[in-house]
Amino acid sequence: MSHLEKDSFGAKLGMWLFLFTEMLLFGGVFILYSVYLTRYPKEFGLGGHQLDLVYGATNTVVLLSSSLLAAMSVTAIKTGAKKLTLGLLSGTVGCAFIFLGIKYLEWSAKFHHGIYPNAPKLIAGPPGESIFFSLYYLTTGLHGIHVIVGAVLMSWTAVMVHKERINVTDNVTLENVTLYWHLVDLVWIFIFPLYYLIL
Amino acid sequence: MSQQTAMAEGGFWRDTGKTGIGAWIFSTDHKRIGLMYLYCVLGFFLVGAFLGLLIRLELMAPGPTIMTAQTYNAMFTVHGVVMIFLFIIPGIPASFGNLVLPIQLGARDVAFPRVNLFSWWLYAIGAIIVLISLFTGGGAPDTGWTFYVPFSARTTTNVSLAVFGVFVLGFSSILTGINFITTIHRMRAPGMTWTRIPLFAWSLYATAWVQVLATPIIAITLLLVVTERILGLGLFDPTRGGDPVMYQHMFWIYSHPAVYIMILPGMGVISDIIPVFSRKPIFGYKMIAFSSLAIAAAGSAVWGHHMYTSGMSDLGVLVFSFLTFIVAIPSAIKVFNWVSTMYKGSISLEAPMLFALSFILLFSIGGLSGLILGAASTDIHVHDTHFVVGHFHYVMFGGTGFAFFAAAHYWLPKYFGRRYKEKPAIVGWVFMFIGFNILYFTMQVLGMEGMPRRYYDYLPEFARLNFVATVGSWILLTGVAIVVWNLWRGLFTGEPFTGNPWGGASLEWSIPTPPPTENFEEDPVVTHGPYDFKGVGVP
Repeated sequence: MSHLEKDSFGAKLGMWLFLFTEMLLFGGVFILYSVYLTRYPKEFGLGGHQLDLVYGATNTVVLLSSSLLAAMSVTAIKTGAKKLTLGLLSGTVGCAFIFLGIKYLEWSAKFHHGIYPNAPKLIAGPPGESIFFSLYYLTTGLHGIHVIVGAVLMSWTAVMVHKERINVTDNVTLENVTLYWHLVDLVWIFIFPLYYLIL
Repeated sequence: MSQQTAMAEGGFWRDTGKTGIGAWIFSTDHKRIGLMYLYCVLGFFLVGAFLGLLIRLELMAPGPTIMTAQTYNAMFTVHGVVMIFLFIIPGIPASFGNLVLPIQLGARDVAFPRVNLFSWWLYAIGAIIVLISLFTGGGAPDTGWTFYVPFSARTTTNVSLAVFGVFVLGFSSILTGINFITTIHRMRAPGMTWTRIPLFAWSLYATAWVQVLATPIIAITLLLVVTERILGLGLFDPTRGGDPVMYQHMFWIYSHPAVYIMILPGMGVISDIIPVFSRKPIFGYKMIAFSSLAIAAAGSAVWGHHMYTSGMSDLGVLVFSFLTFIVAIPSAIKVFNWVSTMYKGSISLEAPMLFALSFILLFSIGGLSGLILGAASTDIHVHDTHFVVGHFHYVMFGGTGFAFFAAAHYWLPKYFGRRYKEKPAIVGWVFMFIGFNILYFTMQVLGMEGMPRRYYDYLPEFARLNFVATVGSWILLTGVAIVVWNLWRGLFTGEPFTGNPWGGASLEWSIPTPPPTENFEEDPVVTHGPYDFKGVGVP
């Protein structure tokens, strides 16, 4: 197969492989979560009750909507609707900002209550509680970094759409970035019940 | 550069718009990227080998010999980090994989040439970060290359930066793996069915899957060490409810499969060289290809055998011991098939073949001593002794290291258009082989007698064998020096190497020497297997 023609199937294959590695990256944290949950079920339950369900649920809705907008942008570019694509992409990036804003409010509220990594209150408390919040900050922090990376990629894609480097026939880059965004969403779909809804 | 003008008949060396170093570090040509990897990994190999020599010098006699205990700790850590992450993991797949794989498949480049260049940049950046970590902060890390908690979370040496460097290197490894998988799936020439893929490419395929599926786990584990040090999360700290054994589980979930990232490409090299120098089709092509995948799969489930003495449950020990023995089956299949290939072959003992043959012997010794470690009962006796050190040097240096030099003698003349001198290559090989066995077999005996690994000092009864091992290290390094010098000089100024002197039947031998930038004038159509020597000129 010559390299001269663009292999969009190959590009998507590569992206899927990359997404597997991202899942495994978060998988490492989830392994730790499952081991420590078995060890400290009571403390994990108590820790979960201290997280703000409203913030978490709102963010879930925000991320799900952003994924919908991203998926619609792929359909839009395939029909050649450039303006619509740009609008949908801006919507996705906007949702990313809303998500990060809510996350900021949430974290600062926790910090205000003396719950942060290595905090004296956590060290004095039962070991399982400290583990729960360490994992919480680790997982949501890592996820937050992925949200930022995704937002940057989305913005870059929007510029490419604007310059018509991504267009009705050549749009595999947009599709790949959207796949990445769906992964960010998917990971959150696991984080939300594991940390916020745990009994 | 005078190197380029020295190169016979241009090829991809000449054909470039840019000049100077920019023509290399910004090139997306897989051959240039492969050569850049090669120079880097060879350089780091020599650095690591020098550190190994210093370690042996220190252990030559009991008591302090040439360095302090702290320096010694840093020395074996840096030796391990450099050799594992900078030499042996990228060694064959990134350098020879990049050089050979696309041509063997009949492609003009890998699937994502720009990602390929990016991988090399990540490798270079990661290597620089690791190097910086040695000379800044609290000094070179002293934890051992495994970065075990709780010590790695507490030591004041520069662990955070070194670990971050390794994280970047892991990213490079993942991207190379993704690139190779996609290349093998999408870029094969017409007629190149799955059973006509050369076995080196097959081994890279299995390796790439391990790279993709295992490396993310070490990425997160290393991130955890950094957060543990900077934020004090306490996830592995028993006083805070964490569990240090969890670190070992997560570390070895990657690092044991990583052992197969190291050895599988070496096996692929040997599978390509043995038939060519025996003038016989490989015996059991499908079984060798399949056993690569089997090793990759089974090797991912045996990490627990590093932790028999860490307080795992007895059932856990039993299961991991059983699984560990299973990995020996596909490895043995390969060894038997190589030997069967040579049976009644017309064997020509040139340098690549000598390295390949010694690979089989040394890898077998390493593999069989691995069974002693895989059985829990015997492992308890030799755990963390020099026996382990001898074992993994037999597999990694005797296996992959010798395969690396076999590949260098076999393929590099193709890319340089010149070849090394045969006699010094053989003399160097003899020194390497003898010195290697004196050094590492002695280590295994020392371990059997109970000398622990990583210790700065030892009891007087170990003095004699340690002296012998140190002398072995001098012979080994003399051999390495001869081989590297001979290769280096020969490839830049040696006799012209044209056509297909080895008589190989895979696609890389069907194109001009050195290969043109685009590899193939027109896309080839494959009509026969890679080991079908009918019609290929006998040298």
